Amino acid sequence: MLGILRKSLRTGLVTIGDPIRSFDPPPAWRGAPRFDFPAWRDARPAAAACPTGAIAVRDSGGSREVRIDYGLCIFCGWCADACPEGAVRMARELEPPVRAREELVITAVYETDASGAQTRLLDGPSRGVAAPDRVEAAGAAARRAIHKLLGRSLAIREVDAGSCNGCEIEVHSLNNPLYDLERFGIHFVASPRHADMLLVTGPVTRNMELALLKTWRATPDPKAVVAVGACGISGGIFGRNYAVRGPVDEVVPVDVYVPGCPPRPESLLYGILLAVGRLASSMALRPETQK
Amino acid sequence: MSRPDAAALDSLLHEIRPLAAAPAENAPGELRVALDDAARREEIAGALLEQGCRFASVFAEDRRAAEGLFFLYDIVEHPADSRYLVLRYPIAPDQPRFPSISVLAPAANWMEREVQDWFGLEAAGHPNPRRVALHDHWPDVHPLLKDFPANTVLPPLEGDPHVFRQTIGEGVFYVPVGPVHAGIIEPGHFHFAVAGEPVIYLQLRLYYTHKGVEKRFEQMPFHHGVFLAESVSGDTSFGHGLAYCLAVERAAGAEAPAHAQVARLILLELERVYNHVADIGAIATDVGFVIANSHATRLREQMLCLNEELTGSRLLRGLVRPGGLRRALDPAALRAVIEKLDSFAREFEDLVRLIESSDSTRDRLETTGTLPPAKARDLGVVGVAGRASGQDLDVRRDHPFDGYRRFQPRIPVFPHGDVLHRMRVRIEEARESLSLIRAAAAELPGGPASVELPPAASGATALSAVEGWRGEILYWIRIGESGRLGRCRVKDPSLNNWPALVEAIQGNIIPDFPVINKSFNLSYSGTDR
Repeated sequence: MLGILRKSLRTGLVTIGDPIRSFDPPPAWRGAPRFDFPAWRDARPAAAACPTGAIAVRDSGGSREVRIDYGLCIFCGWCADACPEGAVRMARELEPPVRAREELVITAVYETDASGAQTRLLDGPSRGVAAPDRVEAAGAAARRAIHKLLGRSLAIREVDAGSCNGCEIEVHSLNNPLYDLERFGIHFVASPRHADMLLVTGPVTRNMELALLKTWRATPDPKAVVAVGACGISGGIFGRNYAVRGPVDEVVPVDVYVPGCPPRPESLLYGILLAVGRLASSMALRPETQK
Repeated sequence: MSRPDAAALDSLLHEIRPLAAAPAENAPGELRVALDDAARREEIAGALLEQGCRFASVFAEDRRAAEGLFFLYDIVEHPADSRYLVLRYPIAPDQPRFPSISVLAPAANWMEREVQDWFGLEAAGHPNPRRVALHDHWPDVHPLLKDFPANTVLPPLEGDPHVFRQTIGEGVFYVPVGPVHAGIIEPGHFHFAVAGEPVIYLQLRLYYTHKGVEKRFEQMPFHHGVFLAESVSGDTSFGHGLAYCLAVERAAGAEAPAHAQVARLILLELERVYNHVADIGAIATDVGFVIANSHATRLREQMLCLNEELTGSRLLRGLVRPGGLRRALDPAALRAVIEKLDSFAREFEDLVRLIESSDSTRDRLETTGTLPPAKARDLGVVGVAGRASGQDLDVRRDHPFDGYRRFQPRIPVFPHGDVLHRMRVRIEEARESLSLIRAAAAELPGGPASVELPPAASGATALSAVEGWRGEILYWIRIGESGRLGRCRVKDPSLNNWPALVEAIQGNIIPDFPVINKSFNLSYSGTDR
């Protein structure tokens, strides 16, 4: 007993400040790929290097549409390696969670020459914008209700709908003494009947589809759903096949999408707060030094 | 002691009559024997088991297009040879069955049923031939057949996913749990039959996270396959990624350069440490010693941060690639990590002292969830759970790869097979890993991080083995056409070990199930694939 006390005293306080505001990953950290669209001469090598199709090019008669989908991105950095001229680099910032799937997609249209090089940026880059009525319908009402009803407390049921368990590692990290999620009044509960929110990881497998649906039905209204990671948003590296049904939002309505593979704990916290309307507006997740 | 590079298998081939006649061929890490008739499988299996061999992986391959046949493979480990024995049996498409060996070798039980489910080849004489990898309510499909399109959309599944066996007796009742559990863990279904509190019989139903991974590998160019391998089991991202890369390298007849070989050892051991420390904490939690877990999760967080400092990823993802590493480890970052490991090691010892000084914790762990060595051997249990039940197996020593040919770990083995010993194995291994990391970092060679692989010949096959933190990971691949894989067999140690949980829980009370399950800490995703 004395040993336990002594160890606790010696350890002292380890909890970090507001994880979102004090976000400060090490220099080697590989964040989100960022693109210098005007300077980008050829998107094809990056598209070929991308293992999930997050970078896609479509050529048609002298023009090229480049589509970047952060919902598919696993943040591996191979696109940056494939573009030695520096038009693609892995930035030290997180791709922030969003309320609508479209907001994770950037498109740009180029003029191309005979060799296939991009000679001029014709249109964009433009980020997808959610249709306002859809956002309203999907989650805003529930968000207001949860916020009003529960104020500062939130109960989450985590559902692994087929993940590789990488996302579970980071959800666990939220509960460690450094991130200490409970200080925000947020805790994980054992039953969907006690939950205000479902945190869903993984591409939804055929075998988990019904279990996810039943869990969602068992969660009382008002409720929110957060789709976690590339797999939860889009199927990620697994895509879709005989065993994988697809992204979470094809099975239950989703309020917030948290990109990452897996998302960092800061991203998860951001997504959770965004879903219950406790984050006033989207803000960038970058280390202080870069703000 | 490492195994001599060894004649044990060669003399076996002479002794076992059906094997003696078959053509044998040496390849990196394996001895291949092509049999001409599957009818002899039982006889061969019996002779191999008598020699103390273990069936590590059983799987099939659809080679109808190229060779007009199916092949069934048994990957067998001999206790005194540094090569795996890879037995190949032909199966004619018009007689789609093979003799089961599961009665002789219970280790093959689930894997033979996988072959039934995925290829439609019948394991004749199997003691429990029900579906395992596809649930009972799936239509009659065999997804790993080449003529089954990967993107087939199956109709919505209806009906009962599982029909459980009955347990009959006075006062016996069932406790069904899952697939969605109370904690933040992966999905699976446990069907307990209990009389009062003691568990009489546990039936496991897994494969809820089945994602068609082995099929998916066949769709990807193989430089992309490493990302899929990293997502087979997220907590073993590096171990699976590495095993995949080793297989591709062997198929191409190449090796990673010296720097990458030693760096890979460092990274694999970092993965071992962060998982072991988390498991030690989780075992403490499940017997109510929460403060130990607070320290353990804090220590795991430290390790995840070190992973990130070194590789850019908290789960060590995106660095390993076929041919070596994507980039060399930065010497300055490595020095900083090693310095921080010293304070980690001190804190780790504090944690161990904290747990070991608690008599009530020890009381809960000792004799709980016992897996006797004889059972462990029959079931072919590997890794942490195997070594806690007297199975002296470790790929790093028995089939050394990359840096382990130079740096050899001491392998802790404990006899009782209870939760306490599974925890002890982890404690000893974490210590050993820390000293391996230091030794390897001190002698990390310079030079290039990777080599360009020569193109592998279409049709070539290769086997790789890696000791992940849970145990033996095996990848068997065949190179297909146009830079894709024709087949990729993934074997996570969890696939060997799940059936052992059923044995370990027998006679224990349900409230001890969480700690017993945690002490195995098997991967659902790695098993279900």
